[in-house]
Amino acid sequence: MNAPATHLPPSVPLLSVRGLSKHFPANARGLWAKPAGTTRAVSDVSFDLQPGETLGLVGESGSGKTTTVRCILRALAPTAGQVFFRKSDGVTVDLAALPEGALKPLRPQMQMIFQDPFSSLNPRMTVAQIVGEPLAIHGLAKGREREDRVVDILRKVGLKPELRTRYPHAFSGGQRQRIGIARALVMRPSFVVADEAVSALDVSVQAQVLNLLKDLQEEFRLTYLFVAHNLDVVRNFCDRVAVMYAGRIVEVAPTAALFADPKHPYTEALLSAVPWPDPDVKMKFDLPGEVADPNRLPPGCAFHPRCQECHARCKTQRPELRPLATATGSEGGAGRGVACHLYDPA
Amino acid sequence: MPPAVAAPPALDTILEVTDLRTHFFTDDGALRAVDGISFAIKRGQTLALVGESGCGKSVTNYSLLRLIQSPGRIVGGRILLHSARAGDIDIAALGEKDKRLYRVRGGLVSMIFQEPMAALSPVHTVGDQIREAILLHQEVSAEEAHGIGVDMLKRVGLSGAERRFNQYPHELSGGMRQRVVIAMALVCRPELLIADEPTTALDVTIQAQILSLIKELQREIGCSVLLITHDLGVVAQMADEVAVMYLGRLVEQGPVREVLRHPLHPYTQGLLRSIPSLNVGRRLASIPGAVPSLLAIPAGCPFHPRCPQARPGLCDGGPPPLMRTVAPTRTVACVLADEGQPARS
Repeated sequence: MNAPATHLPPSVPLLSVRGLSKHFPANARGLWAKPAGTTRAVSDVSFDLQPGETLGLVGESGSGKTTTVRCILRALAPTAGQVFFRKSDGVTVDLAALPEGALKPLRPQMQMIFQDPFSSLNPRMTVAQIVGEPLAIHGLAKGREREDRVVDILRKVGLKPELRTRYPHAFSGGQRQRIGIARALVMRPSFVVADEAVSALDVSVQAQVLNLLKDLQEEFRLTYLFVAHNLDVVRNFCDRVAVMYAGRIVEVAPTAALFADPKHPYTEALLSAVPWPDPDVKMKFDLPGEVADPNRLPPGCAFHPRCQECHARCKTQRPELRPLATATGSEGGAGRGVACHLYDPA
Repeated sequence: MPPAVAAPPALDTILEVTDLRTHFFTDDGALRAVDGISFAIKRGQTLALVGESGCGKSVTNYSLLRLIQSPGRIVGGRILLHSARAGDIDIAALGEKDKRLYRVRGGLVSMIFQEPMAALSPVHTVGDQIREAILLHQEVSAEEAHGIGVDMLKRVGLSGAERRFNQYPHELSGGMRQRVVIAMALVCRPELLIADEPTTALDVTIQAQILSLIKELQREIGCSVLLITHDLGVVAQMADEVAVMYLGRLVEQGPVREVLRHPLHPYTQGLLRSIPSLNVGRRLASIPGAVPSLLAIPAGCPFHPRCPQARPGLCDGGPPPLMRTVAPTRTVACVLADEGQPARS
């Protein structure tokens, strides 16, 4: 499956996820109980990520966003599926199939920025140690050179290098998040996963960090997989958006098209729930019920018990994520995919 | 002067806070967490108190129910509750053991907290907790309390209310727990509901359900709401009036439409420019810097180090600017707010 090395055209994705699934054994009540059934956290997720692109992964808690990115980065071993990653030398590898040992040399190329700037930094390490540690672990730089790279990246993320001898507690939430970003980028990755990277920040600080991530993306030609539940942020920050529900992608589309004309009934409901900061644009949200339980997914389309456009077919047959056919009479179908029987070709 | 037609404030106002100051006396010095704020809430209306973390929103709201603990203390000001059931009560002046204080808490004024799991006892059933609230404030028997409780759980849209009554909070989802908290807060038909970030911990769909539930019950019970939030989207959907807080002081207040459309204070303007969805395709104009520590509140206007319009010599010294009325319904604490307009006499 390895593509030939050197100089692939930019249209070759940096990351191709195919049929990714992660199922956990679900324990019955009681400490010694045998596993009873399966928690289908992520099922059959597929998408491509082009170099330099930002893909937003959105959905409610429990929809499988974090499990998906953890499987991609192999913090979890996926149950099924492939994760093709184009290395910096142009060779494509399947991350899901690599043994642990073979992953380590790849780690510098894929990095993660975490949600909570308080628990993701070791309080006993100075900023210089935190940011320099990945370089030490991978033996990429030591002594004077490591110091220089740390100073350099701290400047890039907008922190004064003089502060590098201080400990995390001396910094505000926004500054800590910059430290976390510096730690990820000091490795010069090509692929960065930001899991709710601005969710814990106040709106004015959140804007600063989003601007910073944009600038760094341009400077280092980064590719972001941006996990967020805040649709407001996604709308501003991402090029394309994939919407997850109950472990599956139900819709994927360029950001502007998704927000202007959501196709999947769930996407539509999700967007209508966003409180718009204008008193004259009222929320029109009327989706009953709660997110499907991944231990007991309904048959057919997992969204059907809450869907107002539910047909008999939806209760038995699961819709696949398919390119949006222009035959359905909808425009703006380019680059869009939806998993809903409403858009089945006639 | 037109003849005074306005009703006396006691009739159309539920709560009047005047020059409230709550300070925390720490080893490092006094933290002026709330430093002289005044506002009023009209009967049946919703006032949103907006600001970033550390601006004093939650300390304000804890002060209103006298829940401030040592080393914190209310050091000045009045919290006048114009209760229809119990008359006028200055909550700030009540003694710690005053019976009226117990009547206020959970009876006349009740509160919804941000984190529903932390607001519920993990070792009592939902039913026990809601029944406790009823028995504390209403003269009913235990059976009647059970009936009232189940009814209330049904009203907040909890499916299988009768069964949920005997369940523990950990058996419920986040959205259901928040419904239980709302049921507990409203079961005694309070005159004022304080909602402190009621939906911040919830998903956007659950948030939408909870916000419309609060609105619906507010109409039904006829209570006023003090909504504390950092989300201007929630403000736009819920509030009649909005007050913006920064470093323990109010910086701007007015009707929600006017404040969101034409913010007068540079801080409010910065908050609105930081909202991603209002600035799609544009670079976000963030407010530079971060909220300073309460131990080092800048002299002059507390916002001046981050303010793009700050004028040297005008904004960076002396006492902080006071809230001034610049239009019939608008007040703002900024010396530049009405520059260029004829001074009002």
